[in-house]
Amino acid sequence: MLLSPQQTIALEETANDIRESVIEMLVAAGSGHTAGPLGMADIFTVLYFHTLRFDPGNPAWEDRDRVLLSNGHICPILYAAMAYAGYFPKELLLTLRKFGSPLQGHPHREFLPSLETSSGPLGQGLSQAVGMAIADKMRGKTGDRRIYCLMSDGELEEGETWEAAMLGGKHALNNLAAVIDRNSIQIDGDTEDVMPLEPLADKWRAFNWHVLEIDGHNLEAIAAAFHEAKSIYNKPTMIIAHTIPGKGVVEFERDYEWHGKPPNKEQAAMALAELRALGEKIRERAQS
Amino acid sequence: MSANTGELSHGGLNASLRLNAHLFDDGVEKIAIRKGFGDGLVLAGEADPRVVVLSADLTESAQAEAFKKKFPDRFVELGVAEQNMAAVASGMAAMGKIPFITSYAMFSPGRNWEQIRTTVCYNDRPVKIAGSHAGVSVGPDGGTHQAIEDIAITRVIPRMTVICPCDAIEARKATLAAASTGTPVYLRLARNATPVITTDDTPFRIGEAQIVWQPSSSASVGVIATGALLHKALIAARALSESGIEVEVMNLATIKPLDEAAIVALAKRTGRIVTVEEHQIAAGMGSAVAECLVTKHPVPMRFIGVRDRFGQSGTPEELIEYYGMGSDSIVAAVHDILEG
Repeated sequence: MLLSPQQTIALEETANDIRESVIEMLVAAGSGHTAGPLGMADIFTVLYFHTLRFDPGNPAWEDRDRVLLSNGHICPILYAAMAYAGYFPKELLLTLRKFGSPLQGHPHREFLPSLETSSGPLGQGLSQAVGMAIADKMRGKTGDRRIYCLMSDGELEEGETWEAAMLGGKHALNNLAAVIDRNSIQIDGDTEDVMPLEPLADKWRAFNWHVLEIDGHNLEAIAAAFHEAKSIYNKPTMIIAHTIPGKGVVEFERDYEWHGKPPNKEQAAMALAELRALGEKIRERAQS
Repeated sequence: MSANTGELSHGGLNASLRLNAHLFDDGVEKIAIRKGFGDGLVLAGEADPRVVVLSADLTESAQAEAFKKKFPDRFVELGVAEQNMAAVASGMAAMGKIPFITSYAMFSPGRNWEQIRTTVCYNDRPVKIAGSHAGVSVGPDGGTHQAIEDIAITRVIPRMTVICPCDAIEARKATLAAASTGTPVYLRLARNATPVITTDDTPFRIGEAQIVWQPSSSASVGVIATGALLHKALIAARALSESGIEVEVMNLATIKPLDEAAIVALAKRTGRIVTVEEHQIAAGMGSAVAECLVTKHPVPMRFIGVRDRFGQSGTPEELIEYYGMGSDSIVAAVHDILEG
């Protein structure tokens, strides 16, 4: 086991806190995406509180791991994870999408320099991650900083993703691990209705990637997947993480209507009550 | 015929720029502008180990071959994937490299415009976009391969520098200079051999326009040219001078940032401006000049360029003439503006 029971429960608690912040951010913003950020909370939590090497006091530290969020529209979860990790005060989270805020509606490095990239237009993150990984291979030394790219399933419909997939396979980029948020929804409906992606794992294997399929809410499985990726020496790794969109708030779960809208005040109050109750249970388990 | 180097009775070449003394000769040396880029790329690679080159299956024709041979470890072949190429270059720049992405202008910055906007310029990454085969002078390949919209789509993006060299020597210098700006740069390059106008001794700085043809007395028209058509503008200037009409000719190699001071000064000296570019008139270099002058010193203008049409097959000379960008067209535009 990579995670001790105490570590696991601490991560659960953090993930739950981060979900609460996401709801608070969205209702304050009055616009934004709900389902994706909630669904990816567990993966971001493991990344920022277990896997990644970084120094929030020195965001430009050269040997830090790099995280690229390709589907920029789920940025509330990135911002929340960064705030909890110490990059900036949590109070700033409530300025999401407001004029002059570092937390732009889609990530913008100019406003928040600790971001590794700006994103929003889909299908471009993996290319940049591949470029970073190739550049590091060129350095001539086996620097152990790693490149992580977080992607959505819907954006796999962008052709550029597969251009990047080919190049990543060609260069055997073992310093690169990507995660697909396989929540099976996109704006127009279920991915398999809009544009079937299956057999998805086979597709990535065919492009010479090492492919893992995990439950995107199982913290131990998430940590294990990132760990396994480090041990693959001749391929980039693609982690297909099966997630529940809206995870944590039963009323939001698995409903694509929640892809692109924020909760109103009443819905937010209900969601926060649910998450706080869940948090209480986690803390009770922690003490028992 | 020898060069007119500035006799008092006629206009002449600006001696301080040490231009090619044989540029009006029938047998003037011709080199492809893209070739100068290829030479500059090797020099840039020698000068800075951070320089890397990306290719999308056009390594030889987009002139990355010499760099690839000299620095194989700093060369990345991506296959026919220009959108990926721009974003991969952004990622490499984020890790400290200075990437040059090479293809035809129609595909880069044509096809990958949004990747350039978002991952390069919005992200503020110093990626250099080298677009070869720009303009109708691509010739026989036809309209699909003739980029005549590329100045418009690059100059409109914040942070982008846009350079359109007039010959192979200027292209070499521009490439070397582009490597060290720390910003995104678009280098607009032509396919075919064109007259060599400058020499190794001609100064070049990004953002500095040059007066290449000076009048003996006061000039009544300022002709602003960019790219290989500068040669047509010089031929037109000489012909006009012989017929008693004096013009000044400016080489506007850097279209963005625009040398506004030099352009306004030219407009003040001459009172009339004719722009010359191998590009759509809409939103091109002439439009950039007009945007400047209409607010700072409005003067009558005429625009030489492609008038809202696509290209087609033919020889470069045939196409330049057909689309109204030859020296006779420039002479006619000067007469037209003088007649008001």
